[in-house]
Amino acid sequence: MFRYYLKLGLLSLRRNPILSGLMVVAIATGIGACMTIVNIDYVMSGNPIPHRSELLYYVQLDNWDPNEAARGVNDPPPQVTYIDGTALIAAKNARRQVLSYPTTRIIQPEEDGQLPFLVDSRSTTADFFPMFDTPFLYGSGWDSTADDNHEYAVVINKEINERLFAGQDSVGRLILMNGDRYRISGVLDTWEPTPKFYDVNNRAFGKAEEVYFPFSVSIDKELTSEGNTNCWKAPAGNGFESFLTSECVWMQLWVELHNAGERQEYMAFLDAYVESQKLLGRFPRPVNNRLNDVMDWMQHEEVVEDDVQVLLGLAVLFLVVCLLNTIGLLLAKIMRRSGDISLRRALGASRKAIFSQYIVEAGIIGLAGGVLGIAMTWLGLQGIRGLYGDFDFITRLVTMDWVMIFVAIGLAILSALGAALYPTWRACGIQPASQLSTL
Amino acid sequence: MLTMQNVSMVYRTESVETHALRDFSLEVDEGEFVSVTGPSGSGKTTFLNIAGLLEEFTSGTYKLDGKDTNSLGDTERSRLRNEKIGFIFQSFNLIPELDIFDNVDVPLRYRGFNAAERKRRIDHVIDMVGLGSRKKHLPSQLSGGQQQRVAIARALAGEPRFLLADEPTGNLDSEMAESVMQLLEDINSKGTTIIMVTHEPNLAARAKRNIFVRDGRISTGEPELQVAVGG
Repeated sequence: MFRYYLKLGLLSLRRNPILSGLMVVAIATGIGACMTIVNIDYVMSGNPIPHRSELLYYVQLDNWDPNEAARGVNDPPPQVTYIDGTALIAAKNARRQVLSYPTTRIIQPEEDGQLPFLVDSRSTTADFFPMFDTPFLYGSGWDSTADDNHEYAVVINKEINERLFAGQDSVGRLILMNGDRYRISGVLDTWEPTPKFYDVNNRAFGKAEEVYFPFSVSIDKELTSEGNTNCWKAPAGNGFESFLTSECVWMQLWVELHNAGERQEYMAFLDAYVESQKLLGRFPRPVNNRLNDVMDWMQHEEVVEDDVQVLLGLAVLFLVVCLLNTIGLLLAKIMRRSGDISLRRALGASRKAIFSQYIVEAGIIGLAGGVLGIAMTWLGLQGIRGLYGDFDFITRLVTMDWVMIFVAIGLAILSALGAALYPTWRACGIQPASQLSTL
Repeated sequence: MLTMQNVSMVYRTESVETHALRDFSLEVDEGEFVSVTGPSGSGKTTFLNIAGLLEEFTSGTYKLDGKDTNSLGDTERSRLRNEKIGFIFQSFNLIPELDIFDNVDVPLRYRGFNAAERKRRIDHVIDMVGLGSRKKHLPSQLSGGQQQRVAIARALAGEPRFLLADEPTGNLDSEMAESVMQLLEDINSKGTTIIMVTHEPNLAARAKRNIFVRDGRISTGEPELQVAVGG
């Protein structure tokens, strides 16, 4: 019977094209508005590294002002100092650990006719690549001995490799950055974690860096962060050395821990470390260390702004209004067909059969609304891109994947079925004898 | 086969009670051709609706093929309507967007027959009413008489025990009305019980039994006279 109901549903759409079209447009408009925001929320709040997000922990230590918390009531600062970052890395108490911060570099192509250009770079320790499971087109990251030996190693991304080496395997070749030659150890394949979970304090929806080079080299070069640097008291003196020994926080520390036991042990290690630092006159606040995995950390940092949640609520409300309109239109349509319903009842259709027929018809309308809604969502996203396209992070948010396409269609069908319940219930109540003279 | 005992039907609104049928009792045997006549508002159509399980009545008992219909739920009433009763309406009641084949197919769909069985039955009844060459026509492409023939084909497709006809020739000219009557007589001669409501005395007279309804009751007296009065 399902195919029969499908056929009747399609015939009904043809019989009342204007009314049917209005319903499809009403659903599509609601879906379009709703899915535009849902899509942005989905991209913003998605898990950027689902297979490892529960193994990776962000470290916070509370080295802040005794009289005032770094953030909120009692939140430790969102980054760590050089002293603490390097000390914890050196202790090697986690399976893997990454200390990094954002920098910029100037690449100086040695080919004739190519001008130097600025790139976003990241100074990092070697575990960055295996820990965050970065995909490589050629080669790999450098190893920890390169960190220890302050080697001029570098990993470049696909675009830089395309620009400098026409996309060929460039592993082992040299590039000139700020006057120093770095040997390429690997070329990253396309890798754009969204949000950029490993550094949500510095442009959470920005692009991943184009170039990566050893943290130790970066310190040798006295490079400070191109991201946020916060201090609760000024460094003791001028110069980079004073900055390194200051209480300023400017780098991110991640560790890899595989189970609750390891997490507990690492937490104890952090507490012991802070206690030892207290003996040196640091960490004036009570011990307040934090370990958050990827998703907890993004939630803690409110990577998805409250504004988006408010917009999401409004978009859902708009969908509800569209559905109320659809209910009215469906009711009008079904009441216009009361003669048909009455006749079918007289010819043997039970209430259940009538219910099934009109629910299937509503499903068809929902499907059509969903397909049109996807087009409207796309238009909505393009509109946002048009308005805010100057910001690269917006461009990265206004994409739509298959999951969202299926969600849009599913939501449209569910919405239409929901909207059809009352009109269909009314249809089932039509008595067989009531309308037979009006058909 | 059809037994009504003291069936009453009262339509109630806030201020008005209308007695459409009052203690209506009737027995119709298998193979009968019964005409029902009476003035407008006498309860003919209400009787037909109750007989066809299209309406529930207020009191009394109604047995169809020995089955008490009072206690039946919607699904069972629908099934009985579908399997045992065929309807012919004055205004044909064909579905305008379906072609002839699909219109006749409607009750068979609810019967649950497979496609081959449905096609066999539809072809048979459409040929029987003489419209074999017009299966793919829409109702709007047929004359009134042809549309009524389609309605008859639809009523017969499920091989019902009863045919309930409400003014089947009311919208037809005399020539078409005659051909429809001949078709009904032919169907009755093959064993199908027919109950026909009509205003036409000459058509009522062609039935084997005439019932005259007045004020919701069967009126007693000579059928010929009643038909004359009713017409």
